[in-house]
Amino acid sequence: MAQMHMVAALNKALDDALRMDDRVVLLGQDIGVDEGVFRVTADLLKRYGEKRVIDTPLAEGAIVGGAVGLALYGLRPVAEIQFSGFDYQAFHQVEEHVSRYRNRTRGRFGLPMVIRMPCGGGIRAVEHHSESREAIYAHTPGLRVVMPSTPRNARALLLESIRHEDPVIFFEPKQVYRAFREEVPDEPEFMPIGKAQVVRSGADITLISYGAMMRATLEAGDLLAETDHVSVETVDLLSMAPLDTESIVQSVAKTGRCVIIHEGPRRCGIGAEIVARIVEKILDHLEAPIRRITGYDTQFPYFARERAYLPNADRIAHAAREVLAF
Amino acid sequence: MPRRPIHIKPKLEYLAILDGSGTVDEALDPRLDADKSLYLYRLMLLSRRLDERCINMQRQGRIGTYGPCRGQEAAHCASVIAMEPEDWVVHAFREPGSFIHRGWPIERVLQFWGGYEEGCSPPEGGRELPIAVPIATQMPHAMGLAWGMKLRDDKHAVLCYGGDGATSEGDFHESLNFAGVYRLPVVFLIQNNQWAISIPIEKQTASETLAQKSLAYGFDGIQVDGNDPLAVYAITKEAVEKAKRDGGPTLIEAVTYRLSVHTTADDPTKYRAQAEVDKWEKLDPIPRYQKYLVRRGVLNEKLIGEIEADVSAEVTAAIQRFESAREVDPLDCFAYMYAEPAPELLEQREEFRAALQREGIGKGH
Repeated sequence: MAQMHMVAALNKALDDALRMDDRVVLLGQDIGVDEGVFRVTADLLKRYGEKRVIDTPLAEGAIVGGAVGLALYGLRPVAEIQFSGFDYQAFHQVEEHVSRYRNRTRGRFGLPMVIRMPCGGGIRAVEHHSESREAIYAHTPGLRVVMPSTPRNARALLLESIRHEDPVIFFEPKQVYRAFREEVPDEPEFMPIGKAQVVRSGADITLISYGAMMRATLEAGDLLAETDHVSVETVDLLSMAPLDTESIVQSVAKTGRCVIIHEGPRRCGIGAEIVARIVEKILDHLEAPIRRITGYDTQFPYFARERAYLPNADRIAHAAREVLAF
Repeated sequence: MPRRPIHIKPKLEYLAILDGSGTVDEALDPRLDADKSLYLYRLMLLSRRLDERCINMQRQGRIGTYGPCRGQEAAHCASVIAMEPEDWVVHAFREPGSFIHRGWPIERVLQFWGGYEEGCSPPEGGRELPIAVPIATQMPHAMGLAWGMKLRDDKHAVLCYGGDGATSEGDFHESLNFAGVYRLPVVFLIQNNQWAISIPIEKQTASETLAQKSLAYGFDGIQVDGNDPLAVYAITKEAVEKAKRDGGPTLIEAVTYRLSVHTTADDPTKYRAQAEVDKWEKLDPIPRYQKYLVRRGVLNEKLIGEIEADVSAEVTAAIQRFESAREVDPLDCFAYMYAEPAPELLEQREEFRAALQREGIGKGH
C-alpha cells in the first residue's frame, strides 16, 4: 500500500499492464522521452523500451487508426490522446471503425484497445483543453466509456480496460490528477466495467455523479448532512457506457429523490439518460422531480470564467434542498 | 547562403511492361510460369464476370447498390497475387478479385452489397480486412498492422488499397507519414481510376502524379501502368520484398480507369465524355493480357472458351449459394456488439425479440 495521487496510480496501472502482458503497447504524443504532458507515463520508456512505449508524430487520427491495426495484429494498444479536446481528429476512426469492427466482421475481429484522454475543466487551461464530451462516446454503440474519480479506482479501472476484449474510451478527469492522494495497493486490482459504486449510504436523497464532479458531490453530501441533517446516498457511476441501471434504480427507488451532477453539457448528456431510465423503471417511486446540475449548453468558457461556471457543492446542495422540499 | 536545389533520397519512377497492343518488354517481363499466368488471367476474368452479374443483380433488385471494378482488374488482381498467405491485405471497396484470391467465398462479395454483414466476415484465420466504405479510413489500419509486424520482428508485409480520391484525405497522409517515420513494411497501392465519382484527377490534386506524394514522407513512389498486369505484379512483388528486407514502405500509383459507373446509383454521362471511355476501352487489361498469353503459347482459343465457361459456372454457383442463404435472424444485430453484452443491451434485445414475435417477423426479413 502506498499513498498516491491519480497520475501515479495511472502510471502504476500502465506499469502493471506492460509487465503482465507483453502484447500491451503504449502510443501517443510525448509519452516517451517527455513521459506525457501530465507525467502519466513517467519512467515507462526507460523501463520497457521504445517498442512498448512509443512516441508518435502529431496526428490523432493515425494514433487511433494505427491502434486499430495494432489490435488487429494481436497487440493490446493503449493510445493516449493528449487532451480530449483534440480527439475529434480521431473521432471518424472511433465511429467508423473502432466501435464497429467486432459487429461487422461477425465477431471475427474484436478490438481490445484503450483510448486514454484527459478531460474536463478546472486547471486554468487554454481553449480546447477543458471539455467533457463523454456523452458523444456513450451515444456510440460498440464502445465502453469509463471515468474514474479517485487514484485507487483509476488504477483498477485502467487495468480492467486494458484486459477488456472490446474498445474502451478511458476519460481521465485531469482536475483530479494531483488533487489528492489515496492508498493504492501494490497488487494489481481490477474493477468491472459497467458497475457503479455507492460511496455513501443514505435514505433521503440520491446524488449521482462521476469523475471530477464526485468531489463537489461528496462535499455537498457533507453539507446537507451537517447543516440540514439529511441522509444522503451518493453513487459514483464510474462507467458511462454501459450504465449501471440496477444500482441507479435501486438507490433512487429507496430515496425517491435524485440530483444528477456532471460537467458536460446538459442536453442529451449522461444525466438525461439516467433520468430516462429512472422514469422508465420506477416512476412511481419518485417523490419529486429529478434535477440536473451540469455544464450548460454553452461552450466551456475560457479559464477566467471556469470557476464560476463549473458545478460546485453549493449549487448541488441548493438543488438537493429544492428536491427535498418538493 | 546560397539558393540551391535540394536533392532528396526517395525516388520516383514509371513502369510499364506490356502495352495496349500486347507488346511486351522482354527484359522487364517477370515471366510468371504458365500456371500462375493462367491463374491470374482466370482471376481477372472472374472479377469481370462477377462484376457484370452484380450490376445485373442490382438492376433486378437482388442486391443493393454495387461499386464495380470494370477496367481495374489488373490493378488489384495482379498486385494481390504478389502477396504471401502470412501477409495482410487491406481493402477499399473495388477489389473483388483480391477477396477471391485470398480465399473468401465469392458469395461474401454478394453478401456485402446485398446488405449482409456476413460479407465483411473473413474466413477462419483470414488476414484480410473487409471492405471499407469511408474513403481512406482503412489506410491507418494497414499502417498499424505493419507497425505490429515491425514491433514483433515478423518479416511479413501489408498491401493496402485505396483510390485517387483517398489521396486527398487526412488518413492517407497521416498513414504515409507514420509509415515513413517508422519505416513500416507496408505497400500502399492507389488505384488511380481518374474519377472520384464526378471529380476528375486534375481537380483532386495539383500534383503531376499521385506517386510523388510519397516523396514528402521520405520513401519511394512509383507510377505504374495499372492496366498492365505484368507491371503491376512486378512492382508489387518488388515493393513487398523491399518491405520485408526492412526497406520501408512504397507508394504505388496504378494508373487505370473506371470503365463503368462509380456505383449503380451513379450516371457518369453527367460528368464525362464517352470518347474518353472509348479511349480507355482500348486499354482494357483483359484482352491485353489475353493477347500476351496467346503469343506466349500459354493460352489458346480452346482454353479461353473453357476458362470462360468455368468462370461463369463458378459465379453462378456463388450466386446460388448467396440466394439460398438469405434467411438471417434480425436478432443477430445484438449478437456481435460486444464480447460480453451488458444487461442494458440484453434488455433491448428482449424488447426487439418481443416486437419481432408480435409482428410475426422472423428469419428471412
